[in-house]
Amino acid sequence: MQLIRKFYYGDIPEDAAGAAKAVPAQPASDWPLWEVFIRSKQGLEHKHVGSLHAADADMAIENARDVYTRRSEGISIWVVESKHIKTSSPDAAAELYEPAQDKIYRHPTFYDLPDEIKHM
Amino acid sequence: MENHNLETRFQNKIDQEIKIEPRDWMPDAYRKTNIRQISQHAHSEIVGMLPEGNWISRAPSLKRKAILLAKVQDEAGHGLYLYAAAETLGQSREQMIEDLHSGRAKYSSIFNYPTLTWADMGAIGWLVDGAAIMNQVMLTRTSYGPYARAMVRICKEESFHQRQGFEVLLVLSKGSEAQKAMCQDAINRWWWPALMMFGPRDSESTNSDMSMKWKIKRKSNDELRQQFVDMIAEQVKLLNMTLPDAQLRYNENTKHYDFGEINWDEFWQVVKGNGPCNKERLAARKKAWEEGRWVREAATAYAAKQKQKQKAA
Amino acid sequence: MTNASLVDLTLYLADSTLVLGQRNGDWCGHGPVLEQDIAITNITLDLIGQARSFYQYAAQLIGNGCTEDQLAYWRNEREFKNCLLCERPNGDWAQTILRQTFFSFYQRELFAQLLNGNDSTLSAIAEKSLKEISYHCRWSGEWVCRLGDGTEESHRRLEAATENLWPYVGELFIAAPYETAMQIDTAAIKKGWSDAIDTLFTEATLSPVSLSSTFMHTGGKTGQHTEALGYLLAEMQYVQRSFPGCEW
Repeated sequence: MQLIRKFYYGDIPEDAAGAAKAVPAQPASDWPLWEVFIRSKQGLEHKHVGSLHAADADMAIENARDVYTRRSEGISIWVVESKHIKTSSPDAAAELYEPAQDKIYRHPTFYDLPDEIKHM
Repeated sequence: MENHNLETRFQNKIDQEIKIEPRDWMPDAYRKTNIRQISQHAHSEIVGMLPEGNWISRAPSLKRKAILLAKVQDEAGHGLYLYAAAETLGQSREQMIEDLHSGRAKYSSIFNYPTLTWADMGAIGWLVDGAAIMNQVMLTRTSYGPYARAMVRICKEESFHQRQGFEVLLVLSKGSEAQKAMCQDAINRWWWPALMMFGPRDSESTNSDMSMKWKIKRKSNDELRQQFVDMIAEQVKLLNMTLPDAQLRYNENTKHYDFGEINWDEFWQVVKGNGPCNKERLAARKKAWEEGRWVREAATAYAAKQKQKQKAA
Repeated sequence: MTNASLVDLTLYLADSTLVLGQRNGDWCGHGPVLEQDIAITNITLDLIGQARSFYQYAAQLIGNGCTEDQLAYWRNEREFKNCLLCERPNGDWAQTILRQTFFSFYQRELFAQLLNGNDSTLSAIAEKSLKEISYHCRWSGEWVCRLGDGTEESHRRLEAATENLWPYVGELFIAAPYETAMQIDTAAIKKGWSDAIDTLFTEATLSPVSLSSTFMHTGGKTGQHTEALGYLLAEMQYVQRSFPGCEW
């Protein structure tokens, strides 16, 4: 039964992965999609804030400035065309992330120390 | 894997308040409902720029002109965030825009009403944005991750809209007799359409059941509408104005305001395209899109040429 | 002495930025693509902001309780001093972009002089505005390149816009009496502007245009405008004038 349909974001769909319908070809006037990352202040990392369309990278930076920093939200911008982002598959989530869950000894709270030691 | 299992797992996630993200498995209908709702929401923001945009050139002071420009521009931003959220579901923006222009996709009917005086800028901010916020605050907790995140951003910006709207009316309500009359007239004209924004009665809403189960929508139309009436019925007193409903009164038993019957015939007529401005609004959007085509094509062509040059160098 | 000239110069700066802002404002909600709708509105907001700073300063110089809105909403077409370029209609995206480019490149030269001029308030406004202007020059200049070197149609449209707007740029470099009094060096502005525009036009694959071989319209700086301004002001001012003496 072809009820299962997978959808991809920021990735080039692979037919083998079960995408049911081909996305229609991009018309010439439709600008590509870009992902926007913004550093809100010096000392912090760039954080994903959203996406937008732009014809080229310079325009993407300027559009990001106009769209995502109207209220002084940023001091530095990264943009990358969405199709260049490779995403891990949710189907592999169990093998990728669950093995870390039982390694509780990696966390400082695992170790019981005498109260006399205040900071360690 | 069995489709049935996937659906159960999906519903379990929803029930545990775990957000659904773009690459997760989701039922086809969930995807479609989200695309429909998010794109409809995006279109509403974009079409919603038009009635207020009318008054940018006529704003009565330089300060108001700047505020109104910033506000209408915010709506463009909100439309953009929402289109991007819908795009994560595999629908291109161009496709959504074409659906709007062909009439396949809907937008909020409220924007098919005309803005006749400056006071309408206040009434829209206070009543229309006020009604929208009730929906939007609920949607910050919607189950689809990108939609919820877009809504968080939008709600942060939206509270400025409602406040500036109320303030426009507040100034008018303290002004000359003509200004007061203008204020009351705008409230009279926008009140009922604002109530209609919450959609049909729960008993008649076709999309609500599944939307509630999937936590796309978390409160019913009637619940939200009542909440709105209760809020506005109090706020209008601060303006020394009235709401145009003879049946409006506080009910001690229910602890809510009772209010009169909405003109549902008008509601459906406007939805079907017979509102005062349906044709003008759609025509304006189509014109902008069509006249912008050569601009978009030029930028694409230029980008391709630059890439070619870089390769050659 | 120079106070009248200072007021006039300030009003010239205010009127020009307001009128262009008023024109650009018509794009809000009607841009060729959402991202650019937002972009041009940011520029409009900068222009209105600049206009307000200048009007507030002029109002302060005039005194007697004069306000920015009195100056913007209660002066007639013969009193407005904006340059003609700013009141030219939006036309298509090419004409709007080119008008912005011509004006922003001009502002960059003029405001650099204000920054180093004798009046500390104008200098302060210029300092703040120059950051905005430098972005406007970048944004509009890039669009000139995209349209000039984009498609055949965009190139043709930009050439047509050049033909429409060019006769209105000459006025920018002819000093009005108040500019002379305030020691604005229009010759230097002309030099800086035409060098930058030449470079830009070359990059955008546009045919070079000469400033000397075109007949130039003048008069805006001293209150003699094209027909377009009257309509613009009528629309902009009508609410204020319908309800005199009201707060908004």
